[in-house]
Amino acid sequence: MLKQPHKFIHKHLLGLEHLSKEDIELILDTAKPFKTLFTRTIKKVPTLRGRSVVLLFYEPSTRTRTSFELAAKRLSADTVNISVQTSSVQKGESLIDTAKTLESMKADFIVIRHSYSGAPYILAQNVSSSIINAGDGFHEHPTQGLLDIFTIREKKKKIENLKIVIVGDILHSRVARSNLWGLTKLNAKIVLCGPPTLIPKDIDKIFPQIDIEYNLDKAIKDADVINILRVQFERQLEHLFPSVREYSLLYGMTKERLAKAKNDVLILHPGPMNRGIEITTDVADSVNSVINEQVTNGIAIRMAVLYLLSLNQ
Amino acid sequence: MRVILKEEQIKRIIQTLAKKVVKKYKKLDNLVIIGIHTNGVYIAQRLIETIKRLKNKIIKLGYLDITFYRDDIGYRKEIQQPKETKIDFDINNKDILLVDDVLYTGRTIRAAMEQILELGRPKSISVLVLIDRGLRELPIYAEFVGKKIKTTNNQQIELLLKETGGNDTIVLYRK
Repeated sequence: MLKQPHKFIHKHLLGLEHLSKEDIELILDTAKPFKTLFTRTIKKVPTLRGRSVVLLFYEPSTRTRTSFELAAKRLSADTVNISVQTSSVQKGESLIDTAKTLESMKADFIVIRHSYSGAPYILAQNVSSSIINAGDGFHEHPTQGLLDIFTIREKKKKIENLKIVIVGDILHSRVARSNLWGLTKLNAKIVLCGPPTLIPKDIDKIFPQIDIEYNLDKAIKDADVINILRVQFERQLEHLFPSVREYSLLYGMTKERLAKAKNDVLILHPGPMNRGIEITTDVADSVNSVINEQVTNGIAIRMAVLYLLSLNQ
Repeated sequence: MRVILKEEQIKRIIQTLAKKVVKKYKKLDNLVIIGIHTNGVYIAQRLIETIKRLKNKIIKLGYLDITFYRDDIGYRKEIQQPKETKIDFDINNKDILLVDDVLYTGRTIRAAMEQILELGRPKSISVLVLIDRGLRELPIYAEFVGKKIKTTNNQQIELLLKETGGNDTIVLYRK
């Protein structure tokens, strides 16, 4: 008898913490054939014909929302965008009530972004639609983590034993947390780098296998991948580092720093970039940068996630 | 469990099918072959190899995965691991020979045709299968059939091909 493929049992995607190594690998392997569609004239497949995907974004977003919308449309699902500024949320409707309303309208998927960590989890407990976390507070941004891993694996052909440096505001970063969960499950060697005030205390108790290095020049030595996080000015950073200028001197990725790293080091950034602060323009546009590919891969990853979750609805 | 075909028989069947294909498409200049993942691809490769020996011509091969075109997504629980569809040539005005291992309900061929028609407008599409087990649910017809066998819906056919670590036998068993 032939080997049975791995069974994907999840109905929701709340975070990479809850996925196994096999789940993550299955999502990556499923995204690959979706990506090949993008070079065709007709980029659409009929897979989720008749299903509906509601995008419920309580925080601003361009790339994640557009990416989910395109992913759903390329799967032939119907999409509805709810802009919180013009919805009943403004009249004081609670999160659960909004979601219950969408459930009653038979939304098969609710893609949610919320500033509170755990908001997607609350929805998953209260409604029957599949919930996809598109970023919740400081908690997780699983599809970003998956697309980062996909991009790295596509370029480096593996994840295991790669030295991956995550630079910047780890404390407030859901992208960093999803990267940490996903990459440690796939046995990468992770180094966190940033100002001590922006690296959470005791993070090495949750991830004992990772290293912390406060000096960027030391951290990027021998690195295979450098994932540069955005400085999140909206998260009240004024007390956490003295000045933007100092931050960019110590933790900004410049051409001079890049020259000290391996020739084939990959530069990732989840976007939107603060050019000149955490990354200079010449690095962002260098041959080492895969920032644009991350965006393309994001659609394939979100198609894979929608497709795999649909099997358990 | 019953063995329906053994190595030698499979070889002979592919030989016969190759001759029929050559007879129909004459010069073979306009013919391209598309194998349906996974076993269809292996059958297609063997067919192309045989045609090469007969006519010293190499027919182009494309690979097709129908997972995203299935009509039973949401009805079946088991996961299908999708593979890449890879057709590196223009299919407009080509004669396409669609190759699969077993023809059963006809739904795979329907899904494959839907996908092919999104890629262009071929001159024609024909179907070649190693085994036709009957029990069609759609009006689908294979022009080239290696072996016809009568089956029931509670039976399953499995190909243990060398490409997947088997010994080139095809077996029929009850589910």
